[in-house]
Amino acid sequence: MKTLSPSRQALNYTALTVVTVFMLLPFVWVFFGSFKTQAEFLGNPGAWFPESFQIDNYIQLFADREFGTYMMNSFVVSGVAIVGNVLFSAMAGYALAKLRFRGKNFVFPLVIISMIVPYVALFVPQFVVVVQMGLVNSLVAIILPVLILPLCVFIMRQFAHGVPFELMEAARLDGAGEGRLFFRIFLPLTGPGLATVAILSFLTSWNNFLWPLVVAQSQDTYTAPVGLSVASQASNTISFGLLLAGAVVVLLPILILFLFLQKYFIQGVATAGLK
Amino acid sequence: MSTTATRTMVTSGASTRRRPGGTRKMREGSRAETTTAWLFLSPFLALFLLFTAIPAILAIGASLTDMTARDIRDPLGVNFTGFEGFAKIIANPGFQGAFFNTIMFVVLCVPISMGLGLALALMLNNGIRRLKTFFRAAVYIPVITNIVAAAVIWQYAFSITGPVNSTLGDLGIGEPNWLGQPGWAVTTVVLMGVWRTTGTCMILFLAGLQAVPEEIYEAAATDGAGTWRRLWSITLPLLRPTTLLITVLMTVSFLNIFEEPYLLTKGGPLGSTKSIAVWVYEQFGFGNVSASMAGSVLLLLLVGIVAIVQFRLLRPKH
Repeated sequence: MKTLSPSRQALNYTALTVVTVFMLLPFVWVFFGSFKTQAEFLGNPGAWFPESFQIDNYIQLFADREFGTYMMNSFVVSGVAIVGNVLFSAMAGYALAKLRFRGKNFVFPLVIISMIVPYVALFVPQFVVVVQMGLVNSLVAIILPVLILPLCVFIMRQFAHGVPFELMEAARLDGAGEGRLFFRIFLPLTGPGLATVAILSFLTSWNNFLWPLVVAQSQDTYTAPVGLSVASQASNTISFGLLLAGAVVVLLPILILFLFLQKYFIQGVATAGLK
Repeated sequence: MSTTATRTMVTSGASTRRRPGGTRKMREGSRAETTTAWLFLSPFLALFLLFTAIPAILAIGASLTDMTARDIRDPLGVNFTGFEGFAKIIANPGFQGAFFNTIMFVVLCVPISMGLGLALALMLNNGIRRLKTFFRAAVYIPVITNIVAAAVIWQYAFSITGPVNSTLGDLGIGEPNWLGQPGWAVTTVVLMGVWRTTGTCMILFLAGLQAVPEEIYEAAATDGAGTWRRLWSITLPLLRPTTLLITVLMTVSFLNIFEEPYLLTKGGPLGSTKSIAVWVYEQFGFGNVSASMAGSVLLLLLVGIVAIVQFRLLRPKH
C-alpha cells in the first residue's frame, strides 16, 4: 500500500479535484453573486461573474436594521448556548464518568435516548410546552433546547474517562471538596473536550432552523437563518444580490472558525454522526 | 490530525467503556459525591424532562385527540378520539405520499452519500501523498454550512435561468426546470442531501480505515493480492461495523429530512418532494395539531423500528 504508482496517484488527484470542485461550487457562486447588481441578475441571470464588483449589497444589508437584529439574535443565542453547553455538559459528563452515586445507570440511558430521538418528531409538542410556559416568541425559548445538547454531555463523559481516577482520589485525600475537584482538577484537564463542545454547540445553535422558525413569531426574535428564509420566500420584492450577501454573512462566522479550528469541528461532527 | 480522537469516540460510542473497579464500587459514593452528582446533572435532567419526556408523552396523548391550534393554550378542552386520528392520516393520500417520498429519499441518498464517502475516504487514506487536509476540508465544508444560506444559494443556482442551466445550456446539454418539475425537483433535493452528508460519511469511514492495521495489507501485498482484491477481501470486511453504523446514522437522518425539501421546493411541485417532516410541519401550520402529532408519533416509530433493526445487524457477532 506504501508504493503507489504515479499514474494511480494522478488518477486519485483528478477524482478528488472533480469532487472538490462540485462541493465548493455553490460557495464560489454565492461569493461572486453577492457582488452583482439587481440589473445584472435581471439582464444575465446565469452569469458566473459580476461585471464590476459592487459592495452595495453588503452596505445595504448592514444599513437594514432588521438584518442587524437577526444577526444580533443569532449571536446572543449562540453565545449563551456555548456557555451553557460548556458548563452544563462538563458538569453532567463529570458526574456520569467520575462520581459514584446510585441512579447513574438510570441517567446515562436518558442521555442516549435524547441523542437518538429526532427533534423533527418533537417540535410540535415542544411548542405546546413553550406556550404553556409563557415563553413563546422569546429568545429564551429559542435557546433552551440547545442549552445542553445531550451529544455534548456524551462527549464530555468520553473525555472525562481520560482523567485518571488516582488524581482525584489523591486530591480528595488532601481534603479538596467536590467543587474544588471539578474546577481545579477536572476542568483544566479536559480542554480539548471543552473546545469540541464549544464548537459543536456553536454550530448547532447557529445553524438551528426549524425550532426558531416555529417559536420566533415576530421579526424582533428572528434569528439570521429564519430572517433569511422568510426574505427568500418573498423573493419577488427583494434583490437577489442582497439575499446572497445575507447568505454570505450567515456562512462567514462558521467558515472563519472552521479555518482555524478544523480539528475540533471534525472531532465534534464525527461524534455528531450519532445524531 | 484528529483521527485518533475521532476513532476513540466512534468506537466507544458502540461499546460503553467500563471503569476499572466494577459496578459494585460505583454505587458506593460519599454523601457529598451523591449530592454533587445530582446537582451537576440537574440542568440536563430538567431540560430532558421539558424537551424530551413531556413532549413525547404530550405527542402520544394529543395524537389520540382532536386537538387544534386553538387548544394549544388550553389543552384540557380537547376530546378523546382514540386511534381515529392515526387511521385518518394513514388513509390520507397526502401523508401516504410523504411517507413514500421519505423512503425514496432514504433509498436514493443513503447509498450515494455512503458510496461517495467511502471512495473519498479510501483515496484520502492512502491514495495520495499531499493535500489530504485540503481535500478533506473541502468535502467537509458543506456539512457544517448553514442550511438556510445553502438553500438560498441552491435555489438561485438551480433556477430556470440560473448559472447551472446557463452552463448546461452553453455545453448544449439542455436546461431542465430543476425546481419546477417533479422528477427534477426530487433530483435537486437528492443532490443537495448528498452534497450535505458525503462529508460526514467520509470522516466516519476515514476513522474506520485508520483502525485497519497496515500489516494486513503488507502481508496481502506480499501474497500478490491486487488493489481491488485487497479492497474486497480485507478493507470492506474490516469496515463492516463502521459501515453499519454509518448506514443507521444516514438512514435516520434522511428519514427526518426537512430543510432541503422545505427550503428548496416547499415539498412541491405536486407534493413530489414532501417528506414526513414537511407534512408534519404543514399540518401544524394548518392548525391540525392532532394530525401533526400523529404524524410525529408515526415518524418516531418508523425511526425507532429502523434503528432497532439496523442495530441488531450492527451488533458484533461473537
